[in-house]
Amino acid sequence: MVDASISPAQSGRAAEVENVHWRIHPETFWVVGGVFGSGRSDLMATAAGLQRPARGVVKIFGDETFAIGEEMLVEHRRRIGLVFSNGGRLFNRLTIAENIALPIRYHRNWTEAEAEEPVRAILELTELLPFATQTPGMLSPNWQQRAALARALILQPEVLLLDKPLLGLDFRHQRWTLDFLSRLSAGGALYDGKKVTIVATTDNLQAWRAVGQQFALLKGKRWKELGGRAGLEASGALLNDVWADDI
Amino acid sequence: MAKEISATAGDDSERPRIFLSPLPRVYLDFVGKKIIAFSDTLYSLAAFALITLVVMFKKSRHAHLVVHPLIRSEIMRAGIRLLPMTGFLGLALGLVIIGQTVFLLNRIGVQNYTGTIMVTVVVRELGPMIAALLVLARAGTAIVIELGTSRALGEVEALEALGIDPVHFFVVPRVIGLALSIFSLTMYLILIALLSGYLFAFLQDVPLHPSDYFNQLANALTWQDFALLALKTSLFGGIIAVVTCFQGLAQPLRIDDVAAATTRAVAHSVVACVLLDAAFIVIYLVI
Repeated sequence: MVDASISPAQSGRAAEVENVHWRIHPETFWVVGGVFGSGRSDLMATAAGLQRPARGVVKIFGDETFAIGEEMLVEHRRRIGLVFSNGGRLFNRLTIAENIALPIRYHRNWTEAEAEEPVRAILELTELLPFATQTPGMLSPNWQQRAALARALILQPEVLLLDKPLLGLDFRHQRWTLDFLSRLSAGGALYDGKKVTIVATTDNLQAWRAVGQQFALLKGKRWKELGGRAGLEASGALLNDVWADDI
Repeated sequence: MAKEISATAGDDSERPRIFLSPLPRVYLDFVGKKIIAFSDTLYSLAAFALITLVVMFKKSRHAHLVVHPLIRSEIMRAGIRLLPMTGFLGLALGLVIIGQTVFLLNRIGVQNYTGTIMVTVVVRELGPMIAALLVLARAGTAIVIELGTSRALGEVEALEALGIDPVHFFVVPRVIGLALSIFSLTMYLILIALLSGYLFAFLQDVPLHPSDYFNQLANALTWQDFALLALKTSLFGGIIAVVTCFQGLAQPLRIDDVAAATTRAVAHSVVACVLLDAAFIVIYLVI
């Protein structure tokens, strides 16, 4: 993003974040912190090419997002996995297995039988196999969020964007998610050892201290890069200030 | 009606009004706003229909293993599952209207016009309209609710994030499914209505031989009737699908907006179908 202003999805409202200069290098693990209303979700949607920035330029894999044709934009979106918060926006009329299979079946024009192998692999990796034939409404929010992650991974995207992935999860699922993302970032079995570029938003940067590599903060409509783990530790007072304002 | 908190001329002070007037302050403003809103809706609907048409042809071979089952399930919902109800309505139409018409025509000695009147009333007008309204009531409302709920829950954005075209996935199967369903149900309804009409006449001892009845029907039907019937019923299906999908999908919705969107879709669909019907009347008069 070059000098971008991030505006909410609903048009007509003022920008939530201004003057964002942000380059995501491959194989990095970014964690962006901010309180409610700071623009985290819109930042993710803009980075994924779903929303136009109010101002400035957003490029995905070197191409300006809304200057390229639809086919190229779809190709780029396939290389990005976006996991929404609050249940992951799964498709309620499809089972968990069908939710996960949909992207790969649509883009490769596969039958259910052809998609079964990769879907089964993802279900086993994310421990969702017992829930494969259930619909999202039958699952707890913990497992819904995990299913959303599985759906985002089925096309093996190069970049994984997660909007508040720990929101509403219990301790056990939070630990699992952090551990899983850490393994993905380091090059897990799913990608044959290739490292995934990960960006996650959160309202608690400290929880990501041991997992993230680069940290940033959204505060007062401004984007502030904190640097690596040392930078995160050094910005303790700033973070306390952010959360105190929220309270 | 937007809340207006503004000082009004003639008040003895500059205090803002705190109670809403039950009537529009200026009737012309009200009518004008309605006309502008109607024009906006019409424009947006036309754009949506055009986008749907383009996607339907541009992506006709894309992901057909995913989209074709969706078309089949839509035909199942809007077509096959409505066969019993359509049969019942065809029976009622035949007994109530056709039977009485045949009986009355016979009484005044113009039973040789039976075929012409049946073709005009049942084949050209009532058959397609009843089938369309039935599909609207059963499948159209369900479409608005499904898509409106999907929109409100953010599933459309989720599809876009996965690189899946929401129009191709949600709208195109419904347009094709409803067009085929209304066409098929209309044929079925017309057949049942014509047969049950003769049955009623037979029970009334109307001296009308079956061969005379069906010969009159055959003589009154032309190839244009079949062609225009196919076109009309397909357009009914397309219109209902586009309008219901538009109301469910095209605008940001909250969950509590879905009910209002459903009633709007039904009203708009009925108006659109009636207007299309009127246009076809002109075509029938010209040919």
